[in-house]
Amino acid sequence: MSAPAGSPHPAASARIPPKFGGAAASGAAALAGPGPAPHQQNGPAHSQMQVPSGYGLHHPNYIAPSGHFSQGPGKMTSLPLESQHDDYYSGLYAVPTQNVVTPSTANQSGVQQMYGRGPPAPHVVGSTPGSFQGAASSASHLYTSASQPYSSFVNHYNSPALYSANSSVASQGFPSTCGHYAMSTVSNAVYPNVSYPSLPADDPYGQIFTSQNAPTVRPVKDNSFPGQNTVISHPSPLPPPPSQQHQQQQSLSGYSTLSWSAPGLPPTQDSLVRNHTGSLAPTNNNPTNTVADSLSCAVMQNVQPRKSSPVVSTVLSGASSTRMPPAAKHPGEPVTPVTQPSELLQHKGMQYGEYVNNQASSAPTPLSSTSDDEEEEEEDEEAGVDSSSTTSSASPMPNSYDALEGGSYPDVHSSSASSPAPDPAPDPDPVPAPAPVPAPAAPQPSKMAKPFGYGYPILQPGYQNATAPLNSGVHPSSQGYSGYQQYPQQYPGVNQLSSGLGGLSLQSSPQPESLRPINLTQERNVLPMTPVWAPVPNLNLELKKLNCSPDSFRCTLTNIPQTQALLNKAKLPLGLLLHPFRDLTQLPVITSNTIVRCRSCRTYINPFVSFIDQRRWKCNLCYRVNDVPEEFMYNPLTRSYGEPHKRPEVQNSTVEFIASSDYMLRPPQPAVYLFVLDVSHNAVEAGYLTILCQSLLENLDKLPGDSRTRIGFMTFDSTIHFYNLQEGLSQPQMLIVSDIDDVFLPTPDSLLVNLYESKELIKDLLNALPNMFTNTRETHSALGPALQAAFKLMSPTGGRVSVFQTQLPSLGAGLLQSREDPNQRSSTKVVQHLGPATDFYKKLALDCSGQQTAVDLFLLSSQYSDLASLACMSKYSAGCIYYYPSFHHTHNPSQAEKLQKDLKRYLTRKIGFEAVMRIRCTKGLSMHTFHGNFFVRSTDLLSLANINPDAGFAVQLSIEESLTDTSLVCFQTALLYTSSKGERRIRVHTLCLPVVSSLADVYAGVDVQAAICLLANMAVDRSVSSSLSDARDALVNAVVDSLSAYGSTVSNLQHSALIAPGSLKLFPLYVLALLKQKAFRTGTSTRLDDRVYAMCQIKSQPLVHLMKMIHPNLYRIDRLTDEGAIHVNDRVVPQPPLQKLSAEKLTREGAFLMDCGSVFYIWIGKGCDNNFIEDVLGYPNFVSIPQKMTHLPELDTLSSERARSFITWLRDGRPQSPILHVVKDESPAKTEFFQHLIEDRTEAAFSYYEFLLHVQQQICK
Amino acid sequence: MEAVVFVFSLLDCCALIFLSVYFIITLSDLECDYINARSCCSKLNKWVIPELIGHTIVTVLMLISLHWFIFLLNLPVATWNIYRFIMVPSGNMGVFDPTEIHNRGQLKSHMKEAMIKLGFHLLCFFMYLYR
Repeated sequence: MSAPAGSPHPAASARIPPKFGGAAASGAAALAGPGPAPHQQNGPAHSQMQVPSGYGLHHPNYIAPSGHFSQGPGKMTSLPLESQHDDYYSGLYAVPTQNVVTPSTANQSGVQQMYGRGPPAPHVVGSTPGSFQGAASSASHLYTSASQPYSSFVNHYNSPALYSANSSVASQGFPSTCGHYAMSTVSNAVYPNVSYPSLPADDPYGQIFTSQNAPTVRPVKDNSFPGQNTVISHPSPLPPPPSQQHQQQQSLSGYSTLSWSAPGLPPTQDSLVRNHTGSLAPTNNNPTNTVADSLSCAVMQNVQPRKSSPVVSTVLSGASSTRMPPAAKHPGEPVTPVTQPSELLQHKGMQYGEYVNNQASSAPTPLSSTSDDEEEEEEDEEAGVDSSSTTSSASPMPNSYDALEGGSYPDVHSSSASSPAPDPAPDPDPVPAPAPVPAPAAPQPSKMAKPFGYGYPILQPGYQNATAPLNSGVHPSSQGYSGYQQYPQQYPGVNQLSSGLGGLSLQSSPQPESLRPINLTQERNVLPMTPVWAPVPNLNLELKKLNCSPDSFRCTLTNIPQTQALLNKAKLPLGLLLHPFRDLTQLPVITSNTIVRCRSCRTYINPFVSFIDQRRWKCNLCYRVNDVPEEFMYNPLTRSYGEPHKRPEVQNSTVEFIASSDYMLRPPQPAVYLFVLDVSHNAVEAGYLTILCQSLLENLDKLPGDSRTRIGFMTFDSTIHFYNLQEGLSQPQMLIVSDIDDVFLPTPDSLLVNLYESKELIKDLLNALPNMFTNTRETHSALGPALQAAFKLMSPTGGRVSVFQTQLPSLGAGLLQSREDPNQRSSTKVVQHLGPATDFYKKLALDCSGQQTAVDLFLLSSQYSDLASLACMSKYSAGCIYYYPSFHHTHNPSQAEKLQKDLKRYLTRKIGFEAVMRIRCTKGLSMHTFHGNFFVRSTDLLSLANINPDAGFAVQLSIEESLTDTSLVCFQTALLYTSSKGERRIRVHTLCLPVVSSLADVYAGVDVQAAICLLANMAVDRSVSSSLSDARDALVNAVVDSLSAYGSTVSNLQHSALIAPGSLKLFPLYVLALLKQKAFRTGTSTRLDDRVYAMCQIKSQPLVHLMKMIHPNLYRIDRLTDEGAIHVNDRVVPQPPLQKLSAEKLTREGAFLMDCGSVFYIWIGKGCDNNFIEDVLGYPNFVSIPQKMTHLPELDTLSSERARSFITWLRDGRPQSPILHVVKDESPAKTEFFQHLIEDRTEAAFSYYEFLLHVQQQICK
Repeated sequence: MEAVVFVFSLLDCCALIFLSVYFIITLSDLECDYINARSCCSKLNKWVIPELIGHTIVTVLMLISLHWFIFLLNLPVATWNIYRFIMVPSGNMGVFDPTEIHNRGQLKSHMKEAMIKLGFHLLCFFMYLYR
């Protein structure tokens, strides 16, 4: 693997049980949740819930993140709660679907409701012969084939025969997995049956519904809900472009037939196949974008809306078999036509039974060949197998948990029948109804739970749940509306009959595309018309739904190769891209006395663990079996007992815990901000002080913090000035320390003052500061001593130091010499001095990091300031770096505006103090290199003095042990921090990915954007540690190697062509973009500081921003139409297609918008329509457009409105508000625009086509 | 004279063995999270120069006393020590840099190096002993 950072070294060291974290506590007191839900919706601003009284219950063994470097060993003591084990088996009810859809305030009532309504189901079941029958038969079949799913699944993996089938399929452009899908569906189909009788349906409804604050739901309405839910729960995913939709539809239909026939199922299948295709057909007939929508959903689900959709689906499936009676009774109620559905439902119910039969009888076939594997597996599975065998054992709540198992059908009936059933009447009564409740809930969890602990069975649930995609396809996005009326009617059929099918088509639909071999040299338009979304891991739907959002957590390979050898063969980088502290609109916050964690690896409980029974859970990272603490048995959301699998921790892959005192080494620190300002002549001349002080004055009240917030100021030139702002003074006092060799603090107590007590003084100072140094003649800058002083000032508390520097530090410790030779700027050979010149700043940063102080650097210089050295102070103290080349408040207004906007964001954004982040991964994987701004304190513990929402991280992984005995791997990031309100919080993200054993699957799952970002990070390291040309070579080699490795796997294709799998088709383009990026380009004049800054950004930006930096988006905006437009907050936002970055796309008649992340360019062609110029820019013609234009005027014309709403939409949800530049075709600024057209040839670099030829040449060599 | 040379070498070699063991212990402590990177590196960096000097002295001594074989045996290791010390980038805090030691398997390679040195010094030790 010739990735930039070099050979795939095995990870540095063995993984060590982590130790930051308290003991598994024994506090069992149930959380007394008063009426208002304890879980509040948490936006960026944390709303706090009641704090548990249980501080001090816990073992004090923890390593809190404060700067104590001496940690003792053995941090992992814990107090297991020896609670009695109930005999009954709850089965693996690990991941219930219906719970916490959105842990918002609304939920609780919703949940209550749903529970109240839960019971009705059984009655219904009893009274409806049709469905009942179906259920019964299904159950019985289930029984016979209960053990088969596993083996059949195994079969897929192991039998060569299957592979051959797969490969033939693959060659037709379908994913090689389809054979597998078919197989497993067959066996899986068993599962759904189990679930139906006990009606998983109700809950989700109640919940979803209530989460939307419409508590009047009646169960009766269920059938109509799909429509409603869909509309509401999917605010507005972007619809994929029409072309894609069609393609996918086709592939979907293709699937249904192909996949089913491929594995050579026995004849019994035929009817099944027909059923499936039949049921599928309607889907395809539906208004164009159903499938596509579902796809887009699949892609985007991880964004919040997604949660609800799968739930809906399960609901539907449940409803289809069992719930119809109520629906029929109240046909009038539902919004959407229900009468029909109910009949349909019934009908389907019957079919369903038949289907089951088919399934059951056909299932055995695949089995026979793989008995060995099966055995092997059973060993692994202890839990699953055991539980199924013991299900019938007496249990306190037999009704609920037996159903879970899926093995004991008689119980299912009895349980459902016997459960107290207050009939459909909606029951908002909060009385917890533990016994009945589980019944509805159980079946599903059981299905899904199986997969977790161990390997193979995992995929199965997916198929069963597969119905979801179809449903979800219905809801999303604006365009789906027309269609959704029909859907409710189709659901039953679709759900039941093609539950497996639906799943597979959806699951695999990304695959045909991602594996389709593409001849890159022939394909003129590799760039899709819409933004590239992260590929969705090929998991079953239940897991997909629960999985972490790709915005927070991405892996370069969404299919993890089984062995390091396979990974090496694929020649692709394996790593994670993290954005852990992202601003989230929805975040479940959990307050509980006990934070449930694995006792050996300290993993936080997450949706991917498996519950072996009601009292024990199996860690998904180290496979240890842990006890479920008593407190965890109580679900504060539903106020029910005995459902650990429904706790929000197990329902959400991104959660935030309010940590107890176990997680503190000292009381949470207050928010402390120190500003260190350069006031030398150079700085005063640049005039940044005015802007800074103005911004501070405006945002003083918005600084995150509580009543303890402290603030301080220091200025420096050749001396250091402190400001005494102690309350009671009549005006700020300036204290000058001129001994810069041995800095001391003149009055240590009064330099950092309480923001609220001394607000007037602070304001006075801020008003006075810009004018205080106007006549200074001091040109020297004693940055080093000033930083030392700042460190001394901050070390008792920790906090944030913001350093504003405008030149090369020239006095005292840490002084730097100019290292840049301007003549070498455009050299193609060696670029030197990318690394720091001195270790002063690094040491300082580490000292700061140890004292929980982060240093943020604002470099506003007009000449070389050795950012490479200065950046160290931020890099290792987890700060951030802002760089404004040639900043001047009047000469360079766009930079001034940028500073102003950045400052606004910087001062008001969320901040976390004294943070540590630990990343854990499944046994067998290990992390070996981290990228970002932090200090790696121990093997997997990143010390972050501050964490901000704009910080991204990357981690390289290697596979230490073969992953053959597992089919899922999980990654968990835990970020422990002190919020600005002085709360200790832990934000946990968990990502779950499948393991694959074939090279084709690895290629199918490549997340090309993540791979590029990781490569960029590795290349930065390489350029600093080795040389820039090495890094560039490594980047090119990454393309050459991966494409040639892929070429050798698809032997049937001609070798002369440059073939890439669909998932990698953008890889060469992105690498070329990287080579032309400021950080890595050669031959074009690039100032050293600019280059180093680009490198710093690559290391610290989250993926979304980094991608725009690497490969900007280009849109044509002079002909915006409402076609395909989306609606955001009553605004119509046009969605112009993406253009490739080539001058060939620019026409003189057009106007183009380029979105480079932190800057927008609008390029106006010479022949641009005067109407556009007048309507949008407000000038009569091209000639009259000024050279420097940074705003679009608010004109009252349609095209102006469209352009503005589009730009606003692009700006929204982006941390820094990008600056807009209007570039006229003939203005000198256009070179800046044109250098981003990376597909074109420049004097120094290849065009895209040339690059492809170059790559091809290298491959052939 | 000969005896003095070898007695000195023996003592020096003992010290180097202890140093290697110390390196290994400290590095494995870091591996096991018992100490953090910062303190580990500052501990180790302190001993890089003594180790370098100690080993160079023996090497030179062997050259002076014209024990060609032992000199040639020691030469590569001594050269490696000096090379490693010289090649430390200006921004790093020594041969062992706390910010990089966890990256790219550096810890592992340092460990390997310390192990090899330990073996080498043991070999030398017995060689000096039985002369």
